[in-house]
Amino acid sequence: MAKKITLKVSAIKQGTVIDHIPSGQAFKIVKILNLENGKEFIMIGMNFGSKKYGRKDIVKIENRELKSGEADAISLIAPIATLNIIRNFKVVKKTKVEVPKLIKRIIRCSNPNCITRHEDVQTKFHVISTKPLTIKCHYCERITPLEEITFL
Amino acid sequence: MKLKDIISINDLNKKDVLFILDIAEKIEAKRIKPNLGGQVLATLFYEPSTRTRFSFETAMKRLGGEVISMADIKSTSAAKGESLRDTIKVIGKYADIIVIRHPLEGSARLAAESTDKPVINAGDGANQHPTQTLLDLYAIRNSQNTLDKLKVALCGDLKYGRTVHSLAYALSFFDCELFFISPQSLTMPKYILEDLKNKKIKFQELKIEDSNNIMGKLDILYATRIQKERFPDLAEYEKVKDAYVITPKLLKKAKRNLRILHPLPRVKEITTDVDSTPYAFYFEQVGFGIPIRQALLSILLDKIK
Repeated sequence: MAKKITLKVSAIKQGTVIDHIPSGQAFKIVKILNLENGKEFIMIGMNFGSKKYGRKDIVKIENRELKSGEADAISLIAPIATLNIIRNFKVVKKTKVEVPKLIKRIIRCSNPNCITRHEDVQTKFHVISTKPLTIKCHYCERITPLEEITFL
Repeated sequence: MKLKDIISINDLNKKDVLFILDIAEKIEAKRIKPNLGGQVLATLFYEPSTRTRFSFETAMKRLGGEVISMADIKSTSAAKGESLRDTIKVIGKYADIIVIRHPLEGSARLAAESTDKPVINAGDGANQHPTQTLLDLYAIRNSQNTLDKLKVALCGDLKYGRTVHSLAYALSFFDCELFFISPQSLTMPKYILEDLKNKKIKFQELKIEDSNNIMGKLDILYATRIQKERFPDLAEYEKVKDAYVITPKLLKKAKRNLRILHPLPRVKEITTDVDSTPYAFYFEQVGFGIPIRQALLSILLDKIK
């Protein structure tokens, strides 16, 4: 007899499911992707059981397919996240996020003397190493390790 | 080569650096004289500096160009709350090239992005001062006839000193062996040491009391002032301010070709009786600011054929 699967969060017909988000980070992901200001219907699931990782969060975005590269910024807090593109309730494409070379807008420079902390400038960071993740401010050139990164 | 701005030494590669030094050398030797007639330089100094501003203005005038200058920060639109971006956009409509010094790090990069006109960074807070690094390299090459495989000691404040950070980076193009001499609390930042390691540059960190042992093999001794204004804690400054002093006695074992450089102003790091030794080169060094800045102005204004 086939095992009956009960979905705790309703399935979406079209759109994107971001899976394997570390537990507790779903709201940050929504913020980084600026989904709260969009028109799409968003579902956030937190503390799901995961065989691989213990606990995980999930974000579902209805009627919008995230393009490859579009969600790479979330790799900073969800390095193993996967993007599942859903069409007609089926997963048609599965991709992993990659650490981008340039991160715009979402991070605040850790240097209080940086021009981006004083003028209305969109922040920009160059990723100079992925292991361990280290970024460099495009403006003040301050190098910041992952543990000291703060999101805007 | 097409350089639009000079913002950070990290934007330049070895070829760019050598091109700039060669042009400066030709200008200094009067083999070429670029004509900057009809061109206007705007110098925007949001922080006091006599030396750097005068040398840019002299460089421009000696090549026939004109200078407009901000007299006093209090009388400018910045004091009225105008953003740096807007100020630069406006100045870019008047001047052909802009030199900026600003207390905030990253300000010169933002300035360059705000105008189509070339921008030269004359110091953005504790971050970069690329024209200083270029003139340092020029002074080293002038005194040693080469930049390759030299033994160079950088001493003083290696933690906050932007000139030594940029110079260490630039010297890594030329396979020099580096010695870092500083008090324990002012050592080279880890990320710079990591970068040098990755580039396979030979370097050694030394305590001040051990620096005597290497004096006999050095080609260049680059001293810096311990900068009071960069210290978050003044008690820390008091502890280290007189930690390293270069005296004629310290130079007894020096090689004949050793030259001492210093970005100036000097306070107590080099005693005045060193000035009359053949090793002192810091006053020659400061003079090289003119040909280097003449070269940069000419290159960015596209006046080098």
